[in-house]
Amino acid sequence: MAPNSSRRSGHSRRAQYGQFTGYVLAAVGAALGAVLLGVSLWRPDTFAGLRSTATDAVAPVGGASAVARTESQGLFDSISGYLAAGAQNAALRKEVELARIRLKEAEAVKTENARLKSLMGFSESETKPVAVARLIGSTASSTRRFAYLGAGRDQGVGVGMPVRSPRGIVGRVLEVGNDSSRVLLLADTESVIPVRRSKDEVVAFAEGRGDGKLRIRLINLGINPLKKGDVFVTSGAGGYYRPGIAVAIVQEVTNDGAIAAVISDPAATDFVSVEPIWQPRAVEAAQTPVDEVVGE
Amino acid sequence: MIAELSNKARSDRYGSKINRTHSPVRAYLVPWLSIVLGSLVALLPVASAVPLVPPLGFLMLLSWRLVRPGLFPVWAGFPLGLVDDMFSGQPFGSAIMLWSATMIAIEILETRFPWRGFFQDWAVSGLLATGYLMIAALFSGGKLGLTMFAVLVPQVVLTLALIPILSRFVSGLDRFRLARVRGLD
Repeated sequence: MAPNSSRRSGHSRRAQYGQFTGYVLAAVGAALGAVLLGVSLWRPDTFAGLRSTATDAVAPVGGASAVARTESQGLFDSISGYLAAGAQNAALRKEVELARIRLKEAEAVKTENARLKSLMGFSESETKPVAVARLIGSTASSTRRFAYLGAGRDQGVGVGMPVRSPRGIVGRVLEVGNDSSRVLLLADTESVIPVRRSKDEVVAFAEGRGDGKLRIRLINLGINPLKKGDVFVTSGAGGYYRPGIAVAIVQEVTNDGAIAAVISDPAATDFVSVEPIWQPRAVEAAQTPVDEVVGE
Repeated sequence: MIAELSNKARSDRYGSKINRTHSPVRAYLVPWLSIVLGSLVALLPVASAVPLVPPLGFLMLLSWRLVRPGLFPVWAGFPLGLVDDMFSGQPFGSAIMLWSATMIAIEILETRFPWRGFFQDWAVSGLLATGYLMIAALFSGGKLGLTMFAVLVPQVVLTLALIPILSRFVSGLDRFRLARVRGLD
C-alpha cells in the first residue's frame, strides 16, 4: 500500500510552509538531542534532577509491580520445589549436618575474634541501615545496568551509599530523588569495587562486564591463585563498602583473574537495605585532588 | 420495491455511523500515550542482570509511524524521546537524537519507496531497531567491548520477533482510537 499523500502539499503556501517547518523542527530536535547527549556524556549528573523527579512520579506504580514480580517468582519457586522435593530433601539433610558443624566452628572463631579485638582495644558496632526499600525497577532495555530504589532523600538516602540485600552487595546509590533513587548495579560496566578472597588476603578489583558477570582483576600479578568456586567479599578499601560483605563467586578462571557471577542477583532481590558510607572521611579524601591537599 | 438495506450498510470498521462519531480526545491521545507507556514498561517489571527487554517505546513509535503514516509530525521524536530519556537509563539526549533521526530517516525512505508491504515494513523497522540498539550501546557511557555487543544479540532477536506482533497491536489500538463512541447531538 502506498502511504496517503498528505505530505504532498500542492499549491497551498500554508501547507508548504507547515511541512517545511516540520522538517526544520525535526532537524533542530535531532541536533539538540546530540548536544544534550554530548553534555550528559561529558558531565553525567547534569540532568540528575530532571530524571529523579520523573522517577519519583512513577515510583508508586513501580512499587506495586515489584510486589507482583517477587510474588510471581515465589509461585514458580514453589512449583519447581514441589517437583524436586525428594532429592532435595536428602541433599538438604546432608547440608544441614555440615552447616551445624560449621556453625560451631564459627562460634569459636567469633569468641576468639571478640577476645582479640578486646586485646587491641578495638570496638566495632553493628551498622544500622539508613533505609530498607524495594528495588522498584531497572533499565531493562538499556545496556547500562541501573536499578531504581523506592527510597530517597526523605528517607535519608545519600549519593554513594552502598545498597545490599541479605545475600550480598547489590550496588551503590548514584542519584537521589525525594522518594526514589538510582542505583548503579555491580554488573554495570562503570562499576568497580575493591574485593578480597573470603578465605585469605588475595585482593582484586571486581569490574562489571555489562552481562550480569563481573571480571575479577588481581592487583598482585603472578601465578593466578584463583579457583572455581572462590567467594569474593568487599575489602573495605576506598571507604564506601563495609568489609566482609559477599560480592561474587568465581565461575571461570582466566589468565589475569577470573570471571565471577554476582552473588546477589538483582532479579531475585525483594527488599534491599541502604547502608551509610563506611568511612565517609576516606571517601572525601579520595575525592579531593592532590594539588588541593598540597596547597593547604 | 426497495430491498431492505444490509445491516452493515450504515457502519464501517469503526462501528455504526448512525448518530456516532470519533472522539477527538481518543484519536489524538492514544498514539502519544501508548508510546509513553511503552517507554515506561521497559522500566517496570524486571530488575534483570542483562539488557533483554526490547526498547518498547521506540518500537511503538516505529509501528505507529509505519501503520499510520502522517499521524505523527516529523518532529514527534523530540518530545517522545525526551520522555524516554527520563526512564531509559541512557545518558540524557540519546533518545532525543536517535528518535528524531529515525523519524527523518523513515520520511526519506518513504519518499524513495512509496509502495510498501508487510515484509518491507518489517525489514525497515528491523534494520532501524537494530541500528538503534547498537548506537544506543555505543553512546551509553559505559565501557565498550565485545561482551557489550555479545549481550545485545538476544535483545536484538527478541526485538525482531516482536515487531510484527507490535504492529498488529498498534493496528488494534488504531481501531480503538477511531472507534465511533461520541454521540452526535
